Amino acid sequence: MSILETTGVRTESVVRIENVSKTYGSGSNALLALDRVSLDVQQGEFVCLLGASGCGKSTLLSLVAGLDQISSGSLDTGDRKVALMFQEAALFPWLSVSGNVELPLRLQGLGKAERRKRAGELLEVVRLSGFADKRPHELSGGMRQRVALARALAQNADILLMDEPFGALDAMTRDILHDELERIWREQNLTVLFVTHNVREAVRLGDRVILLSSRPGRVIEDFAIKHPRPRRIDSPEVSGQAAEITDRLRAEVARHAN
Amino acid sequence: MPTEPAPMKYAGTRAGLEGALGAEGGPGPEPQKIKKPGYDEVSGLDALELTPKHDKGNIGLRIWKSAWPKLLAILIVVLAWEAAYLSGWKPSYVFPSPVDTFKVLGDLVTTADFWDGVRLTMTRAITGFALAVAIGTVIGAAVSRFAPLRAAIGSLITGLQTMPSIMWFPLAILLFQLGEKAIMFVVIIGAAPSVANGLISGIDYVPRTWLRVGQVMGMSGFARYRHLILPASLPSFVSGLKQGWAFSWRSLMAGELLVIVPGTISVGVRMQNARDLSDTPLVISYILVVLVIGIVIDQLFNLADSALRKRWGLTGG
Repeated sequence: MSILETTGVRTESVVRIENVSKTYGSGSNALLALDRVSLDVQQGEFVCLLGASGCGKSTLLSLVAGLDQISSGSLDTGDRKVALMFQEAALFPWLSVSGNVELPLRLQGLGKAERRKRAGELLEVVRLSGFADKRPHELSGGMRQRVALARALAQNADILLMDEPFGALDAMTRDILHDELERIWREQNLTVLFVTHNVREAVRLGDRVILLSSRPGRVIEDFAIKHPRPRRIDSPEVSGQAAEITDRLRAEVARHAN
Repeated sequence: MPTEPAPMKYAGTRAGLEGALGAEGGPGPEPQKIKKPGYDEVSGLDALELTPKHDKGNIGLRIWKSAWPKLLAILIVVLAWEAAYLSGWKPSYVFPSPVDTFKVLGDLVTTADFWDGVRLTMTRAITGFALAVAIGTVIGAAVSRFAPLRAAIGSLITGLQTMPSIMWFPLAILLFQLGEKAIMFVVIIGAAPSVANGLISGIDYVPRTWLRVGQVMGMSGFARYRHLILPASLPSFVSGLKQGWAFSWRSLMAGELLVIVPGTISVGVRMQNARDLSDTPLVISYILVVLVIGIVIDQLFNLADSALRKRWGLTGG
């Protein structure tokens, strides 16, 4: 793993989460969503957060994205920029495909011609060059997610946070998008924090799979996935490791039975 | 043309496929595209997932399809009218036949005088509506921006909408005398709440994920309104405008009948004159004129609304 002196401070850690807790509400209604979660993400790493419902995985992403405040502990991304993708592409329907990708560039103050050119390059990356002038609703779900990815890349972020981005897609599309995401992650030298409840997806994509418990969310185990890339979601290695992690996850879910 | 055999007609996506297959130099950095592994899978899937566009048929047929129910409705009304006339329910100088009325209407619309009246009325309508839109927008934006205002004024605005606008005229006449200002006052007070409400509910219902996207992009203050809140509330704002127009048009007609500004010859004044002269065909002619103007402008709003929906993909078709 290469050590990049991005901020020149001390390490290659891009996201440093230490003993982070998050409580919603207060008093007797207080809900502890995350309980002393610690996690270090290295530059260029692909980390999958895996857990059943109520494990606070989306909460953790919101905290890293700065959409929400932590209750205690410390969370440091060292002034790095983050981009966030959701299960819905959440493209703006009043803008064309290119317009959506150009919006972050526009907010960065880029000129019109430059924006158009850069958006063209990004659409090339997600293989949607021919669709720049389409409207989001004219595209399929998988294509919209790729536009959302291009828009996230346009934010020039060092860290890409993905909250079950392929959860609403069919298996075939998801499969192909896994390959695409893997390729783009490598080409663009991104750091990815990927939330999912799909074990195979996590093993297919991640360098590490962090298994979280539910209510409250705690880190149960940190699996290193060493299978060589590119992987296939249906390969014996991926399936084997997924089975192992699934067992742990089931045990965790069963713990919540009355 | 696509280099692969396309199973169906992808009218809207052909250009896209050409670009994706590398037949054209797109906006990308290099004109010559290198085939990367997986490229065909991706563009093949894209082509399969896009729904083919249905042929809408020729334009003449489509116009006829949307026009015939309206023509039939007109025919039914005219026939019923003729039947009532022939039944001798009222003497013909009180209740004229459709043919006599249409003759009067035909003569009316060929006079320059009539068009002067329409021009005056439309000038008032547009001015009043424009002012109502400006005021409604400012109020709507302020109310949705500041929570205390929202609590105080939000329900007041909804309350105002239930008020029949004609009830404002006595007060308006006392405040502004018999003049343009009295009419404008009522037009604005009738239409502005609808415009404000449209904007407020539009802003209220901006989807949460969009707001989060904006936040992640670092939008704040003016940029957030400019690039997210205002465009996102557009459909609701357009409905508000449409409703506001309907209210302002009704208020204006009431105003022109009640508040006769000396020396003006608006549509309302002329209708009142026709009544004074017991000229029923002329009264009915003015009713038809007001009806047609109302329908035409309503259609313009519908056109804008459906164009917006189509652009946003809210139609499902």
